Amino acid sequence: MTKEQIRASVLEIIGQIIPDEDLSNLKGDVPIREQVELDSMDFLDIVMELRKRYGIEVPESDYGQLATLDGSVAYLGPRMKNL
Amino acid sequence: MKAGPSCPPEKNRTVDYDVLIIGAGMSGLAAGIRLAYYGKKVCIVERHHRVGGLNSFYSRGGHKFDVGLHAMTNYVSKGVRLAPLPKLLRQLKLKPEDFALYPQRISVIKFPAKTLRFNNDFNFFVQEVVDNFPGQADNFRKLLKVTFECDELNLYAKPVSARQVVGSIISDPLLTDMLFCPLMFYGNAQENDMEFAQFVTMFKAIFYEGFARPQAGVRQILDVLLKKYRGCGGELRMKCGVKRLECAGGRVQSVTLENGEVVMAATILSSTGYVETMRLLSDYDPANFNYDVGNISCMESIMVLDREISDMGYDTTIAFYSNSDTFSYRKPDRLVDVSSGVVCCPNNFQFENPLPEAMIRVTNLANFDLWDKLGEKEYEDEKAAWLQTALKEVVKFVPDFRDSIVFTDVFTPRTIYRFTGHINGAVYGSPSKIKTGRTHLANLFICGTDQGFLGIVGTMLSGISMANLHVLQKT
Repeated sequence: MTKEQIRASVLEIIGQIIPDEDLSNLKGDVPIREQVELDSMDFLDIVMELRKRYGIEVPESDYGQLATLDGSVAYLGPRMKNL
Repeated sequence: MKAGPSCPPEKNRTVDYDVLIIGAGMSGLAAGIRLAYYGKKVCIVERHHRVGGLNSFYSRGGHKFDVGLHAMTNYVSKGVRLAPLPKLLRQLKLKPEDFALYPQRISVIKFPAKTLRFNNDFNFFVQEVVDNFPGQADNFRKLLKVTFECDELNLYAKPVSARQVVGSIISDPLLTDMLFCPLMFYGNAQENDMEFAQFVTMFKAIFYEGFARPQAGVRQILDVLLKKYRGCGGELRMKCGVKRLECAGGRVQSVTLENGEVVMAATILSSTGYVETMRLLSDYDPANFNYDVGNISCMESIMVLDREISDMGYDTTIAFYSNSDTFSYRKPDRLVDVSSGVVCCPNNFQFENPLPEAMIRVTNLANFDLWDKLGEKEYEDEKAAWLQTALKEVVKFVPDFRDSIVFTDVFTPRTIYRFTGHINGAVYGSPSKIKTGRTHLANLFICGTDQGFLGIVGTMLSGISMANLHVLQKT
């Protein structure tokens, strides 16, 4: 997957968890939870969906790396490049 | 300590399940949905032939009855997102329509000196308090501030007495007791006091958010949960009680079912109560085990009427009453305490289509031990007698409906024990809650009543939180 594809799939996952939020103006470098109403349980579901869809294991200690969209793309890049 | 000889853990045997959940009540089902949805191999074992545990349903004399749930608390209208109910729906991948919730009309807290009304508009309730207790207006606002600043979901907070916190702010004991009355009746395991975080949870659930009822009552919720759970591939085994949890090396090694079968699971989530779970352990030692068991149980009388109570001019959805200005919430020293109670009219919700039958439900605190030692004949006689005593209190503020009763069913602490397995028929379990769900065994966790998120929505969130914390986040 390219970086753009990874970004799109993360956005799609968030969109599925909180369908009534507008994600079109989400800034890449600001924590996602500061921009949309996403609680810690919703956040866990991003991790769970990544595992369910792509088989990617994100250990609890790495959750912080997924705080922003840019961070997620950087973290997932090497893990999803062969998908 | 080694596992018993009846079932040595076999070295080569792989686990049968990632997670085994004890009890198919609301918390067990909610936990099961989360785990099965995210690909865990899950099995829920339920001792009874019906799901629901404390919140269940039955038919008698051709009438359909609900047990437990009078109303769903935590009702918020569509569009509100950061509240327990929408949180729960998102976590279970359900839509708000799935529960088909209809809001209440109006509820009351009725004490001899004052009556406070509330509906699902919180400002209305605040105004009621201010109008009835003008001298407490500032104190009440201060209480609201403290209440809304509390992080009631913090699993690691130290327990604080709500009586102490509220009493230090509100100086009129009548108002304090009136606030506590519904919050205690709908989710408090402790006698006379409650933990402040619990007070906050229930305050928000009942006053700030509010009541609604699924069109089909508790069946609606259980049907939705069950369908979702099975749709995610979860396995449910009915009439399948747990006999023993075999433990060794600080873990549960295997689970022996009542039919003799031995099942292996990596993690066990038990919703059957903390003490009840400990008693299942192969190394359970009653001499070295000391833990509070709950005492709060109740008698519930359900009456089918030949006409609607609203046609008699009574529109109230739920009434919490006390016939003394000092409200006492504790195990009574008689079979039943009719000096306070809850009266629910299931058809006084804002339904589009009314329920097929007119009904009224009355709940009173009751004493398990006294009910438990009655012989069969005495038991039936006492039920009939206490029903009349309870109704005599109720018709002091509800139009006298006694001539309209066509069918009655009464259940007691004994019935609750039979269906939930909770010691003492304790509806809200032990007064000491284990918020983290952890036990002394590394792979055994508690969810549901004794974990401590109470109320209907709370108990489902309990299952969800424990599944998230101890399974999904860890693997």
